[in-house]
Amino acid sequence: MHPRAIDWVIMSVYFAFVLGIGAALKRAMRTSTDFFLSGRSIPAWITGLAFISANLGAQEVIGMAASGAKYGMATSQFYWVGAIPAMVFLGVFMMPFYYGSRARSVPEYLKLRFDEKTRTLNAITFAVMTVFSSGISMYAMALLLKLLLGWGFGTSVMLSAVIVLVYILLGGLTSAIYNEVLQFFLIVFGFAPLVLLGLKDIGGWHGLTEGLKTMAVSRGFAPHAWLSTWSVMGSPKDNPMGVEWFGMAMGLGFVLSFGYWCTDFLVVQRALAAESMQAARRTPLIAAIPKMLFPFLVILPGMIAIASTVHGGASGFALPHKADGSLNYDMVIPLMLGHYFPNGMLGLGLTALMASFMTGMAGNVTAFNTVWTYDIYQTHIRPRAGDHHYLNVGRIATVAGIGLSVAAAYVANRFNNIMDLLQLLFAFVNAPLFATFLLGMFWKRSTGHGAFIGLLAGTAAAAAHHGLTIPGTALPGIKGGWIAVLHHYPSQMAQNFWTAIWAFAACFAVTVLVSLATRPREERELVGLVYSLTERPRSASRAWFARPAVLGAGVLLGALILNLMFW
Amino acid sequence: MMGLDIRIPVGSMFALLGALLAGYGLFDGTALSQRSLGINIDLWWGAIMFAFGALMLSLAWRARGRTPARGD
Repeated sequence: MHPRAIDWVIMSVYFAFVLGIGAALKRAMRTSTDFFLSGRSIPAWITGLAFISANLGAQEVIGMAASGAKYGMATSQFYWVGAIPAMVFLGVFMMPFYYGSRARSVPEYLKLRFDEKTRTLNAITFAVMTVFSSGISMYAMALLLKLLLGWGFGTSVMLSAVIVLVYILLGGLTSAIYNEVLQFFLIVFGFAPLVLLGLKDIGGWHGLTEGLKTMAVSRGFAPHAWLSTWSVMGSPKDNPMGVEWFGMAMGLGFVLSFGYWCTDFLVVQRALAAESMQAARRTPLIAAIPKMLFPFLVILPGMIAIASTVHGGASGFALPHKADGSLNYDMVIPLMLGHYFPNGMLGLGLTALMASFMTGMAGNVTAFNTVWTYDIYQTHIRPRAGDHHYLNVGRIATVAGIGLSVAAAYVANRFNNIMDLLQLLFAFVNAPLFATFLLGMFWKRSTGHGAFIGLLAGTAAAAAHHGLTIPGTALPGIKGGWIAVLHHYPSQMAQNFWTAIWAFAACFAVTVLVSLATRPREERELVGLVYSLTERPRSASRAWFARPAVLGAGVLLGALILNLMFW
Repeated sequence: MMGLDIRIPVGSMFALLGALLAGYGLFDGTALSQRSLGINIDLWWGAIMFAFGALMLSLAWRARGRTPARGD
């Protein structure tokens, strides 16, 4: 890849705008609510785009393209099954409790609904997780820039750390949200021409499907294995992912997806910044519309790349092999940028990638500083200080959070295994979360003791399931089977889905049992926090098509149509 | 909205990037088109980005005219 002056100019323009947005917002940051929650003043279309963008880190973009090459169209299940239904559920059913309770964070909702220990457990695990995710984002960006532009590891880390630090310090959550909107458009404008050029190169949609059919047959699958979703999920043997429909629908479509989209403060925080309850509820619904179409932007390049590699595109694009002889799928996006984009467009593509790395970091940092300040500092360290004090604590937490992320990036660079281990632990902690929220919001009898013990039981179940099963031919260790091997899964993905299912079931059952054995809270204390005790939000003042239920139904219909089109 | 209508930075950034790309494509078109399958993608995509930026700016401009200034 040979960037020229025009590419550097394009990247610099982006950096200048990022910092300029921070500077322009500085005057609006007067209270802690401005800094942590954007003063709850942002219109729904902006929080909606930020909602989807906060999740669209560069690892996601690069990983989805890699999966598109490895697994084909079935990867879009992560969007059409693994995101859309949960986003609709969040907007229609859950947002009234998050926004309506005036909780300033997801852990704070747990405090209002359950008790202090449940909140603290969630807040601490979440805070640690955000710092490491931000560090991993930095690490991945540094590796990629080293490869593409020859930048040193330290240079990339420091550059991204300083830029993110400056714009969050200046403009708080609003800065992060505005930059996420900027990144959304950059990803769309940076990747759409890549898909168009790749498709043209391989002979259009017809050329793509022909290539993928030939390849699927040569690898021992049915011809449409790379082009279908549900129809190849009858048995794990029929699809390259190695999963069956039940694990897909329950594990990904229900437990993992609802657990992430409905309880992760990183995304929910964007909705809490919305200007009204209606705007907060519309946030994930508006986000769902572009989310539905993103497979065509991020997964399709992978499918084009693999088809070109095997079948041959006119211009000779091919994925490289790794040292062990397997194809290097992670290089789909960077290599396609270098292959199809001339100077100029190359700068735009690189800018889009850098933007998504940095907003990935910034999203984690803004969630971290809020949870640290409200749920840990204000709760356990200094409860009754003035608002200005907490604003300053938030700024210090921003600096500390980025400092810790930099440290995490260096740790990741030194000891790759530690990061794998941490991500595994996070998966154990996250898997049961949705059971706690589901019971908290929809069963007034559930209690704080039940929630707390249920969460611990869910995490323990996840760990135990992982320790007792193993995917394919892996050796016992970080991939599983470290207690004993009782069951072999056809793939790691199948194992992940089933770990989540077990964690959810254990958390659900234990929360119910312990709740029934402990004293429930007075019903009047739960008004606004539990579905059956809360008045339905009225949305008659809005046009009918903007009502959350109507919008939600429309979005689900769209997802259903996409599922049927690529059945 | 807090202090700054987002359509202003989004619009001006895309208008500027679009103009830069289109200008570069115009100036050095044939050499550039080799990679992008004979299409002068800098010129065409730059023009589309410029149009998007201009649209965003005009929306921001119109909104400024319509909403009465709120006593912030």
